Amino acid sequence: MLIQLINSGLRKIPTWVLYILLPIPGILAIVAGLTDNLGPEPIKELEGELGEVAIKLLIIGLAVTPLLHFTRINLLRFRRAIGVVAFGYVAAHFLTWLLLDVQLLSQIWADILKRPYISVGFVGFMAMVPLAVTSNNWSMRKLGQFWSVLHRLTYIATILGGLHYIMLVKGFQMEPLVHMAIILAFLVVRVPKWRRSVQASLRGLPDKVLRR
Amino acid sequence: MAYRWTNDLRRADVTPESLWLNRRQVIAGALGAGALGTIASPAMAEALKPNSWEDITSYNNYYEFGTSKEDPATNAHMLNTSGWEIEIDGMVDAPGLYSVAALTDDLTEEERIYRFRCVEAWAMVVPWNGFELKDILDKVGVQSGAKYVAFETALRPDEMPGVRYSVLDWPYREGLRLDEAMHPLTMMATGIYGKPIPNQNGAPIRLVVPWKYGFKSIKSIVRITLTDEEPPTSWNMSNRREYGFYSNVNPEVNHPRWSQATERKIGGGLFNRRQPTLMFNGYGDEVASLYEGMDLSKFF
Repeated sequence: MLIQLINSGLRKIPTWVLYILLPIPGILAIVAGLTDNLGPEPIKELEGELGEVAIKLLIIGLAVTPLLHFTRINLLRFRRAIGVVAFGYVAAHFLTWLLLDVQLLSQIWADILKRPYISVGFVGFMAMVPLAVTSNNWSMRKLGQFWSVLHRLTYIATILGGLHYIMLVKGFQMEPLVHMAIILAFLVVRVPKWRRSVQASLRGLPDKVLRR
Repeated sequence: MAYRWTNDLRRADVTPESLWLNRRQVIAGALGAGALGTIASPAMAEALKPNSWEDITSYNNYYEFGTSKEDPATNAHMLNTSGWEIEIDGMVDAPGLYSVAALTDDLTEEERIYRFRCVEAWAMVVPWNGFELKDILDKVGVQSGAKYVAFETALRPDEMPGVRYSVLDWPYREGLRLDEAMHPLTMMATGIYGKPIPNQNGAPIRLVVPWKYGFKSIKSIVRITLTDEEPPTSWNMSNRREYGFYSNVNPEVNHPRWSQATERKIGGGLFNRRQPTLMFNGYGDEVASLYEGMDLSKFF
């Protein structure tokens, strides 16, 4: 009963609202940075803030399916907006690092290649690019079943994001580990379903891809 | 004996603000003749402008109060520094419990404006008030066999919310070779900008070693031990590969996770530029001789 009420309430919210609401923390942080309200080291603060919202949105994106499964609360309609905005945060986080933090072009490639936590973060970001590019109805139609296979890259990107967070802190810190535990938990609950769908796709997928 | 080392900079150089330009010219001259024969650029002179009280007291690494930069300023008020005592033990003539006053009352307080370089590649300039560590150690009488000085930070779970988590193996420990400890640049600070040092900066008394990464400058000291063996130090215990015992500022030896070639002085806004990190944080003239013949990429 309550669930039905929640779901019918959720159905009344247009998805574009999320494209307005979710970027707000990031925009506020950028404005605070520009107006000298982000503390003595605004570059690191902005970088950290954008990265943190990004990983949280990715985690929320991962939570949508288990939430439906376990509570029947349906947020599927909002998942695209969550993913697209998460990508926006990751891109802004990356650009802050590149343009404001490192600044030197020669240093940027050196860091991406030489510093494992940056390599991991960068690969995670790259994994999200095809997802952002194909986050429209046309791509979904065009790619058919391959679209949902492709979009499993989300799992890889989120794990890499969590790993990036763990690798960049000094000492033994709980916060990134808690994030990673939540990510893994949301992935583990999917395993039974995957086993079925992997079996199914092993049978059905190749010729479907070839047919396109 | 105070004033063994002469500041490039004095308080008169810090204030009033209208005089900053003049002071910069003075520094530019001093630096030109200074370490490594570097030619002072305007950017480097700018780098010696002390950070504001606000910057210095709101951007801190003091993990006993939490791991984010603003945690110490938020939580450090919980630390009760009244009746503070420092245990001095090991190879000294007069071991015992000393109050800060007992150690410093008859010494001349000095102001020293030092560059401060964090291992995380940010930097600031701090006008410290305090005393040369040598004068304090001389008071308790260092015995001839002593080779190292070990320091320990207070560990008070009721007053330090951050120690609930094993971020490091508490209590925080640091150490210096005896010649480093006796060097005239090495000081014990009890103030900043002429005011008592705030808790988040290491009240009531902390070490300042300006040519080493900031984590060597241990805060809120409760124990000083003279020993003949290299003492264990917290960050080295936590990650041997990333943090060496010496941890001298060295632009040529990178942290495994990031470059140490450049740094960013905090307080410069969203479009602040990085600047080159100086060998021994710019104190090469004074301290390079301590490490003569040592492979600094091995003893990092």
